[in-house]
Amino acid sequence: MTSYSHSGLLEVSQRVARSRRDFLRTAVGMALGSALLPSRPLALSGTTRSKRKVIVITFGGGARDQETFAPEGQENIPHLMRELLPRSTFFTQVVNRGILGHYVATASLATGVYETINNFASLPPEHPTVFEYFRKDLRRPPSDAWVVAPSNGFNRIGESNNRSYGPGAGARVILPKHLLAAASKGRPDYEHLLRDNYETPYYAPALQGGEFELRQLEDILKLSVDDFRGHARTLSSPDELSVYIVRQLMRQVSPSLLWITMHDIDVAHAGAYSLYIEGIQRTDRLCAEVWNAIQKDPEFTGKTTLFILPDFGRDSDEDAGGNGFQHHRTGDALSRTTWMLALGEGVREGVVYDRPIDSTDLVPTLGSMLDFSTSLAQGKPIRELV
Amino acid sequence: MEPRDLKPEHFKAYPPEARKLATHYVAAMQRLPLSFLPSLLREVIDYDYKFPAERKALEKELANWDALSEEQGREWLNGFTQISLSKALEQFDWVNQPAQFVEQLSAHLWTTHQMDAFRKAALDYGDRLHAAVPAETPAIPRLGIAVIGQGATGHDRPLFRKLRPQGAYFNRVKPEDGLRQLLDAVGERAKAHPIPYGHWYIDGGEAEDHEATLTSVSYQALQPTRTAILRKVRTEKDKPGMGPEALRTLLARMGPDELGFAKGIDPVMERFQLKLFTEGSGTQVFSTTFVQWAAREALRRAQPCTLLVRFAPRAKPMNDLLSASQDQAGMDPAGALVDGDFGAYYNWLNQQRLRGADQSAFLVWFEDHNEALAIGPGMPRGTESTSNASLRQLVSWIT
Repeated sequence: MTSYSHSGLLEVSQRVARSRRDFLRTAVGMALGSALLPSRPLALSGTTRSKRKVIVITFGGGARDQETFAPEGQENIPHLMRELLPRSTFFTQVVNRGILGHYVATASLATGVYETINNFASLPPEHPTVFEYFRKDLRRPPSDAWVVAPSNGFNRIGESNNRSYGPGAGARVILPKHLLAAASKGRPDYEHLLRDNYETPYYAPALQGGEFELRQLEDILKLSVDDFRGHARTLSSPDELSVYIVRQLMRQVSPSLLWITMHDIDVAHAGAYSLYIEGIQRTDRLCAEVWNAIQKDPEFTGKTTLFILPDFGRDSDEDAGGNGFQHHRTGDALSRTTWMLALGEGVREGVVYDRPIDSTDLVPTLGSMLDFSTSLAQGKPIRELV
Repeated sequence: MEPRDLKPEHFKAYPPEARKLATHYVAAMQRLPLSFLPSLLREVIDYDYKFPAERKALEKELANWDALSEEQGREWLNGFTQISLSKALEQFDWVNQPAQFVEQLSAHLWTTHQMDAFRKAALDYGDRLHAAVPAETPAIPRLGIAVIGQGATGHDRPLFRKLRPQGAYFNRVKPEDGLRQLLDAVGERAKAHPIPYGHWYIDGGEAEDHEATLTSVSYQALQPTRTAILRKVRTEKDKPGMGPEALRTLLARMGPDELGFAKGIDPVMERFQLKLFTEGSGTQVFSTTFVQWAAREALRRAQPCTLLVRFAPRAKPMNDLLSASQDQAGMDPAGALVDGDFGAYYNWLNQQRLRGADQSAFLVWFEDHNEALAIGPGMPRGTESTSNASLRQLVSWIT
């Protein structure tokens, strides 16, 4: 048993959340959201639901308030602070009440149900994913929903094992590292891009199921293996590789529902604070790149809503049961509480909402925005966005 | 088996001192719920390899259980008795493999959404235990020292930001011979107050000459152990059936013989160092992580009166180190400075969690530079000083 006192944890959590909110209101000049200040409803936006697109970025894996939107962390996210936040509706408290493992938490975000699957096994979610709801209700082809994910363990996230949906009904999944491994055929030049994950750095699960085949590199992304390898050589991290693939997908396929899971930040598990901060800074820059790509692409600009949220936080410094930023094992209040930015089409700019929302609210919100049913999801549509 | 069925013979596989302890308190253990008891047994089974402070704490905890009435015991553990366990856990060999049980219990708690309830039960228990059985007051006020940034030439962001509100920032420290002065100061404390495992020196590189009575750990000296672990992992990771849990179990089961420890080393320290690599995350890869984790574990377990830690440059990102071509990895002193700066904050936090925190002192110094921060009962908080001062003077001002 831990021998330390933990009193005042909740107080600490509330204090951090409060200071972050206060700063955003005063320094960035964002307005406090309330019932009197509703978000711009979809009916007022210029895009019909059928043409609307959504991109979700999970700002992962696992980032704390104090290194992001808390006052002392804002220097790590200049792009989010200066470029994206003023255009956003910002939710200060997104609570994840589920298992704090990256795959299972991302699966929970994508199903709207707190999944309980083994975080380290190659298993599909047990409940229908947002991709399955989207495609089935709106009768969309497979090419309209995509996931770009960081590690082998995410290869089953595109579709559940629910009988009413399941194989072939969900999103296509690209694992850029897997693709690069195939393209590079074991050459050593790319090792810095191929680390499967950081929580179990010695182990990568074997792939099963619908991973993206190498031949589709040319067919769908219109990339030759040589070009892909050549570009990869210029990149410094797996998430940069993911965003490169995302941009190709946007250009070549223009999907209506695109889910990007970032993971560089999870290098924190190795315990080096500097690398954790570098991961946050890089993810900040990459989020802005995706936003800028949306603005420049006629297929996306003016009709795309972008969501950015961490899958969860990391352990607080104050919790003696953990080791601070390194892991997300204690289940303390700070590791469960993060934030979300929503911006783009149909979203009011420069508003902060303090009320707690739940991680599982994302899927029903997307359903309401794009007009499809999410009948098995546990969360509720976020009223400020729909 | 249920806890009430426990008998002394169930502990026959325990090391001798642990067996004696468990046998003595078997009646008290029979009253504990299965959601709680293996966590206690995990400590008991390691009793032979524990530091004196840990032994005392465990003995007191068990004696406390012996003294509690049935009703009091139920009240203390009310939260734990509400936790429901799976059949698999109930049938697990929790007497002989308590650590593995706790690992599986953790997975069970997450998947059954009982982690929050367990966490609350554990916190409540910890608070009660602290009140009933307070930790020992240190023989002398504690002193923690962190030397950071070896080899770094400068920094982009201000140093010691997390600690500045706690003490005085000095920007005209005389760096000459600074490390030697600090080593001498802790050596003198060790000589003046000889306490087993009471004074520590942890180095992220090669240990400097130091007073022989200091308990010393260095990353460089443990290089053969580190190499042996990485070699083992590379051999095992692709075997059929291997997964993260199996790998973790494999690491936890590795013994000193497999890991190139020198013969004749103190078994308590041997086990301590082994666990730094087999239970720590990233300690095998980055020296800065190793130092921070070693300091945390030394403070948590040995509760020393004196702890000097020195962060050394760490290797560049981990991929090269995990592959066979690890020798090609370069060093990153600037990154290590950031790691050390934050690690020093964690050292201070961990020191403050121990008894006597209000009298404790802490010093962090940017090695070979003139920046330091001093924290102590007589040191004004949140202040800056432009006084010229040697490291020796700073230590004397806070102790």
